[in-house]
Order: sequence, then C-alpha cells, then structure tokens
Amino acid sequence: MKHTFLDEYSQIDSFIHRLDPRIKLITFIAFILFIIFTRPTSFITFALYALLITSLVIFSKVPVKFILMRSFTIIPFVLMVAVFNINYSGLVTFWNVLIKAYLCVVCMTLLMSTTRFTDLLKALGKLRFPGLITMILSFMYRYIFVVQDELMKMIQAKESRSVGGSLWLHIKTHANMLGVLFVRAYERAESVYLAMCSRGFDGQIKTMDEFSITKKDISFLVLITVLLAVIRLIPI
Amino acid sequence: MKANVIEIRNLSYAYPDGTGALSEISLDVFEGETLAIIGPNGAGKSTLLLHLNGILKGGNIKVMGLDINDENIHKIRSQIGLVFQNPDDQLFMPTVFDDVSFGPLNMGLKKEEVITSVNKALEDVDMFSSLRRSSHHLSFGEKKRVSIATVLSMQPRILVLDEPSSNLDPKHRRDLIKLLKRLALTKIIATHDLGLVEEICSRTILLDKGRIVASGNTIDILNNKPLLAMHNL
Repeated sequence: MKHTFLDEYSQIDSFIHRLDPRIKLITFIAFILFIIFTRPTSFITFALYALLITSLVIFSKVPVKFILMRSFTIIPFVLMVAVFNINYSGLVTFWNVLIKAYLCVVCMTLLMSTTRFTDLLKALGKLRFPGLITMILSFMYRYIFVVQDELMKMIQAKESRSVGGSLWLHIKTHANMLGVLFVRAYERAESVYLAMCSRGFDGQIKTMDEFSITKKDISFLVLITVLLAVIRLIPI
Repeated sequence: MKANVIEIRNLSYAYPDGTGALSEISLDVFEGETLAIIGPNGAGKSTLLLHLNGILKGGNIKVMGLDINDENIHKIRSQIGLVFQNPDDQLFMPTVFDDVSFGPLNMGLKKEEVITSVNKALEDVDMFSSLRRSSHHLSFGEKKRVSIATVLSMQPRILVLDEPSSNLDPKHRRDLIKLLKRLALTKIIATHDLGLVEEICSRTILLDKGRIVASGNTIDILNNKPLLAMHNL
C-alpha cells in the first residue's frame, strides 16, 4: 500500500530545512517556553508570536494550507480541555489554553515539516535524550504503517467473509482482531530482534549523522531568541 | 578438495514446546560454493539457518573453524550474513542508509569505512539512489534488494538467504537471480523455488521433517522426480 509521510514536506529545500536539527529543536523548544510563560491577557504579544511563526512558515516554503490543516487537528482536543476551564474569571482561562496550545502546535508542526523524522531522532540522541525513548520512536516510525497494513488486510479478509450476522457478533470479531493484531506485532518484534542480533546488535543502536553547526545555525538561534525576548518584554 | 567454511555435526533441535524441528543434521559447506537447502514447508530450513550464526544453539557447529560461543559470536555474525525471509523484519531502521550501516557500525568500523561499505553494498544491489529513503516507502522488490545490502555491507564470507525469491514478480525474480550470480561469495539458499536452485546452486540438500533425506549434485536431485514428489516438491 502507498503510504503518506509522517514528516511530509521535510524533504523539500529551504533555509529552514537546511538548519542543523539540533539548533531547530532548541529554537522551537525556546519558542514554546516563551509562549507558555506569557500572561494570557497580553493579546499583542500573542499576535506578535503568531506573526513571527507565520513568517517562519513562509520562509520554510511549506504550504500554509498544510500547516493550518495539520495544526487544526489539535483544536477539538484543546476545546475539550478548555471548556472545562471556563469559570468565574470568564473566558480568560479558555482563551489562555486555546491560544497557547494552538501556537505551540504550529511550532511543532513547522518543526516536523522542516526536519526529517530520522534527523529529529538523531538530534534528540545527540542532545542526550534517553536512548530507549528515541529507539521506541524510531521503531514506531518504521512499523506504524506495517501494522496499519496488517490491520487493513485483516479487515478486508473479515469483510470478504461477513455475510449477515448480528451487530454484537461483529463487535466481538473486531475485539478478536485487535487481539490477533497484538500477537502478530509481538511475534514480529521477536523476529526483528533476531534480525538485529544477526547483525551484531548489542543493546545500543548506533547511527551515523553528518550534523554540523555553522555560523548560520547560531545566528538563527540567536536571532529568534532575541526576537522572542523583545516581543515578551515590550511593555503592553 | 576445498576447505569447509561451515561444519555441522549431529545437530538436533526441538522447539521449546517439545516439537522436534531438526534431528541429527551433519553437513559441510565448502568455500565458494552455492548450496541450496530445499524442502517442503515446515521442513526445518529456517531453523537450520538460524543455527548458523548462533541465534539458536545446539549441536556441534564450526564456522570458519570457530566454535559458536559467546566469545566468537560477534566475529561469526560478521562473517555470516543472514537475510531473513520477510524484508519488514530485516529492515528495521527508519532509513535505508541507517539500515545498511547498522551492521558495520556494530562491527566498530571507522566512519569513512562505514560510508564506503554502505555505498558499495547499495551499488552491488542497484539501490544506491535510494540511500536517503525510508524503508516503508520502498516497493517489495526494492526491500528485498536492500535486505541483501544490509548484510553485504558487513563484508561477510558467507551469505545465507531464507526464501530470497518468495513473493517476487517474475521480473524482480530474474533480477534477483542475476544479482546472486554476480555475488562471488559462499552462498547458502533455503528455498522451494526449484528454478532458482537449478540456475545458481551447484549442490543441493533436501530436507524433510528435520532430516537430510538427500544430498548431492543439483542436477541429479532435481532430475529425480519421484524423490521430489515424495517430499511434496
């Protein structure tokens, strides 16, 4: 089956795509921290953050429509959280959760669309992120579509033999299928482990990268942080 | 007489649940030959292959004169390139480059050496242009070829393949046969694709119910139709 990319648009070329993944990661985390530590009533500050992130999106050449679509998927979840936060202080908390979550998600979406997922994992590794977690993420990235394919084939096989039957029966069948999917994933994990051992795996995955931090990377980090600080500190 | 690179004596194996998988296997593999292991489903072909690099243990096996034990295991695994049947098991890293460099990096090669061997392995299987792609975006035939590259990059002395032609369309099967012919190293191929055996294997052993029931020249065995029929081939 044809698969989409988790990190769609990360293969295109732009000034932001070419930045060192570590620098990008740090910059965007700084961005998120600035957003989180802003007073909810500083509307102009939020507007300026939005302006900054929008210009980054435009520089990155990633279609704005794509960023919007991706980032909007978070809205229902945010609304759910935000609704429970409407209280005496009126809509401020609601607004607070909504705007911060949304801006943060745009930051993350931009990071994901300008960095290959594998480079992101290597960057995390280089920044001393726990190896176990990056390993799990790496296997997730590799196998999520394999598991999805397997589920799809199972559903097709089931549909081909489904003639009639009560709703309850169908629900039961689906529950069984989930069980089978789990067992298959487990067995696959076993054979993957054997394949890893055959090629000398000793508990630590080693990868290679060609990351190098240049003056451009440093100036990007400094520029964005200074801009953020200015936006945050101007009295409004 | 050529030197034997693998020596198996009295290998028996039973699965943890007690089902017998291999019994009393004795086998020599000689330097430079291409050996076919044929047999029906469930004959024990894959189980036998997993013994060659010490994934499963038992019997008395010597690889390049070395016993399989904890001390030698890494050396042996770098000498024997085992390619699993399912490329989704064989290719477990996110990108082609990471996958092909996995073995060499574990062997502790230097950065430049790793890059050279990865490039050469991918060129050998005509997949160099896919260096940066993700494994899950490759077609099945491409995955099979990259699978072979993942062990070629370790510069093994012996290439061990489990069902290399399964699920391939005729064109990709032909390409694979050409590729295997081109690779000049000792090869052990477990398969029930008799056409492939006829084209590239000089010697064949027939395995059924965990026993070697016939062994000899490929042409002699493939021409012995009653024998093949008796063992569901």
